Amino acid sequence: MIQFAVLMGFVLAALSPMLNRWFGQRTSLVLALFPTGLAAWLALQAPEVIENGSLLLEWQWVPSLGISLTFLLDGLSLLFGLLITVMGACVLVYAGGYLKDHPDLARFHIALVAFMVSMLGLVLADGLFTLFIFWELTSITSYLLIGFNHADINARKSARQGLFVTVAGGLALMAGLVLLGIASGSWSLAEILGQEADLREHALYTPMLICLLLGAFTKSAQFPFHFWLPNAMAAPTPVSAYLHSATMVKAGIYLLARLHPELGGTAMWVGILSVVGATTMLVGAFLAIHHTNIKKLLAYSTIMALGTLTMLLGIGTEYAMTAFVTFLLAHSLYKGALFMVAGILDHETGTKDVTQMGGLRSLMPITATIALVAALSFAGVPPLLGFIGKELMLESVLGADNFRMLLVLFAFLASILTIAVAFIVALRPFYGKRHHTPLEPHEAPFSMLIGPALLALGSLLLGLIPAVLGADALLTATATVISGQTIEVALSLWYGINVALIMSIISLGLGFLLFKRWDSVRGKLSVLAPVMRHGPEAGYESIMNGIVRFSEWQTRLLQNGYMRNYILVMLITLIALIGNSILLRHSPQFAFDLDVRFHEVVVVGSMVMGALFATISRSRLGAVVSVGIMGFSIALIFILFSAPDLAITQLLVETLTVILLVLVLFRLPRFSNLSTSLERIRDGVVAAMVGILICLLIMTAWSIQQFEPISTYMIENSAPLAYGRNIVNVILVDYRALDTLGEMFVLALAAIGVIAMLKLRHGENSDSKTADSSKVAAKEPYDG
Amino acid sequence: MVKSGTIILNTAARFLMPLQLLFSVFLLLRGHDEPGGGFIAGLVAAGAFTLYLFAFGVSATKEVLRMVDPRDLIGVGLLLGMISVVPAWFMGQPFLTAQWWTIPVIDFKASTPLIFDIGVYFAVLGSVTGMVMTLMEVDKDEP
Repeated sequence: MIQFAVLMGFVLAALSPMLNRWFGQRTSLVLALFPTGLAAWLALQAPEVIENGSLLLEWQWVPSLGISLTFLLDGLSLLFGLLITVMGACVLVYAGGYLKDHPDLARFHIALVAFMVSMLGLVLADGLFTLFIFWELTSITSYLLIGFNHADINARKSARQGLFVTVAGGLALMAGLVLLGIASGSWSLAEILGQEADLREHALYTPMLICLLLGAFTKSAQFPFHFWLPNAMAAPTPVSAYLHSATMVKAGIYLLARLHPELGGTAMWVGILSVVGATTMLVGAFLAIHHTNIKKLLAYSTIMALGTLTMLLGIGTEYAMTAFVTFLLAHSLYKGALFMVAGILDHETGTKDVTQMGGLRSLMPITATIALVAALSFAGVPPLLGFIGKELMLESVLGADNFRMLLVLFAFLASILTIAVAFIVALRPFYGKRHHTPLEPHEAPFSMLIGPALLALGSLLLGLIPAVLGADALLTATATVISGQTIEVALSLWYGINVALIMSIISLGLGFLLFKRWDSVRGKLSVLAPVMRHGPEAGYESIMNGIVRFSEWQTRLLQNGYMRNYILVMLITLIALIGNSILLRHSPQFAFDLDVRFHEVVVVGSMVMGALFATISRSRLGAVVSVGIMGFSIALIFILFSAPDLAITQLLVETLTVILLVLVLFRLPRFSNLSTSLERIRDGVVAAMVGILICLLIMTAWSIQQFEPISTYMIENSAPLAYGRNIVNVILVDYRALDTLGEMFVLALAAIGVIAMLKLRHGENSDSKTADSSKVAAKEPYDG
Repeated sequence: MVKSGTIILNTAARFLMPLQLLFSVFLLLRGHDEPGGGFIAGLVAAGAFTLYLFAFGVSATKEVLRMVDPRDLIGVGLLLGMISVVPAWFMGQPFLTAQWWTIPVIDFKASTPLIFDIGVYFAVLGSVTGMVMTLMEVDKDEP
């Protein structure tokens, strides 16, 4: 049962601190066995999936409610699943070396393994809600991982930014998925993809598509939501390598690819995806060369790659699909490897600035080789897989049906910039003059080399002999799933001399030139800095600051700490709402006759007297007693109308209320008039209006009988079904037991709250030091 | 500042408290058929302890309660409420369906609503007594 195995990952994550105690430094290796096992299982399923197209693995969870955890295994989810598990194993091993002796290694393992499981669940899920839950889990685990160095204010800020952007998109995604479920009448992806009805014609298509795209674009860092991804580089490098290049940021791409056969191909889809994707591609590549931080360089180039993938989905031709799957695979392999190389450089030299490094080739020959291979794939140089991906990409851009000139221009410019970035990352640190670095560099340990080496080797072998390793078959299955029609993928290094190849060669030359001139180009680009400050990130900041200001304003207005204001606001709201529905929406109609006895008048009279006295009394005790009189009069009314249970309850509650009030009275300051006479008139008017409205409400409720009262059923069935003659009690413990259970918890919470507040205030006086420090912690300003 | 009671209050409280507690149990058990029930019974019992608190103060009441902290009673109440849910689950019936068993020798009808009602009783008793006791305790400590 694969579902069980995948979910066990969460248990494994929870247990990892214990594993840490047993295995110490080797925990990472032990944990890596988990993704390795899953990868092996996925690989074993591959022949069947490729043969049959898809595999539906159902696990009934709550059969009576129709809730099941179903996994859909087809070419697309298989490719993603393999990427996640293989990369996961590499990253875990790598992290063991990178974070060696880190005191919080166990916490890192928890978050990373939990992320891995969530991501795997996301790509395997068949149910829309399952997909959504795993989607949100990846956001949360990503938040924990970006903020791993929680003592650093930048890490916290970046983590929060990533969370806000992706979760805001997640909200849109939820709306989109619900619309999708309504439009298609099914909550299962396999059914939605398999059905005949065309969702493109559906009335809900436009809102649904916009919501889904918002979710996918925020997650996959498309322009203008791209700004969170470079900031997410505050995470430890293994996280950047895993989440922010190969897996999580591709979740949005995965969703788009998954829904492409049902939703793709319309003018709207093609327009939005091609233009946004191409813009993201160019913006990412352009922003990359501004930076000298190696991780930022890679992050912006990841944005460029994500934009490329979106654009290819937008183009939607058969060629574009082939390019999409090839580019996806190639990018994950080389970018993962390059990020790990960046981590090695950072780890060994103590700096992330590429201009501060140089000539490391002789000191770190293995790292240099890995970096070179990965970067050549990145730059699209034969015979690596990246070259094939890039050829196919250029080919499909040239064959695009819409916006062809724009896309070709953007793709060409982006590939020049990308090539420059690839050379900067791979050549700059290893060749040229030796620089002095904060740490004395030497070759990285084996655990940090094995992961990137495997990925780089993958780039090389899949480029040289794609058919032998089964890549063709797997990518064929994936491309078929994405397009909805059979597509035969046959990767090859040589497609003949065509426009794409010529463009490739020209861009290689220009890219190399740009790399050579990088330092002077960067100086010239710094002129743009003032313009850059007004980018989308500034928009995000001003929105967040606006929200904070608004909440401060409304908190001051509504929660100023004065009980009288709270009550006033509540009552005015009550008047507005009840008044609106009684007076404006229903014309009040009363049908009752005034048939009262003398003793009833006496009881009601004493209530009114009590209420009046409570308002004019100048002593607290007097007010409490007169409110008590009202309460006891109500109890009397209950008795008169033969409701003994209510009467007893009312009596007891009233007694205890008086006792509690008396106890509290001693703690209050002396009675004094705090309000002006104008305010008192206002309060009087509000109170009178509430009283009149409630009276009207009761009279209306009494005159209108819209439904058969439920009490008849309860009275009839109380004895035969619930074995009780006291209907009030039967309602409390049987008919409405769930309500009572909830009320018990409310009561308990209220009591605990009262006790805690009293004890806490009491504790503050005796131990003012801890109280002060907690205040400081609570007051920490919002730094977003 | 709450002053400890007079001799009349002291004497009355000493004799009334056990009676009130007994009465609360009576109310609790008859609740399903006659006026009464867990909520009312819990309030009566809380009233008993409150009376004792007024008469003899916090520390004397704590001695009467011995090891039992009112706050623990809240937990016991909630726990009983949750436990009463479980049998229906085992019988494969919907959540909170009442289960009835007759205990043979004393011919007593036991049921999950009764367990639930006892839970309500303890939750109410613990909440009210806990609040009153804490209020008085804090009062006492302040000059």
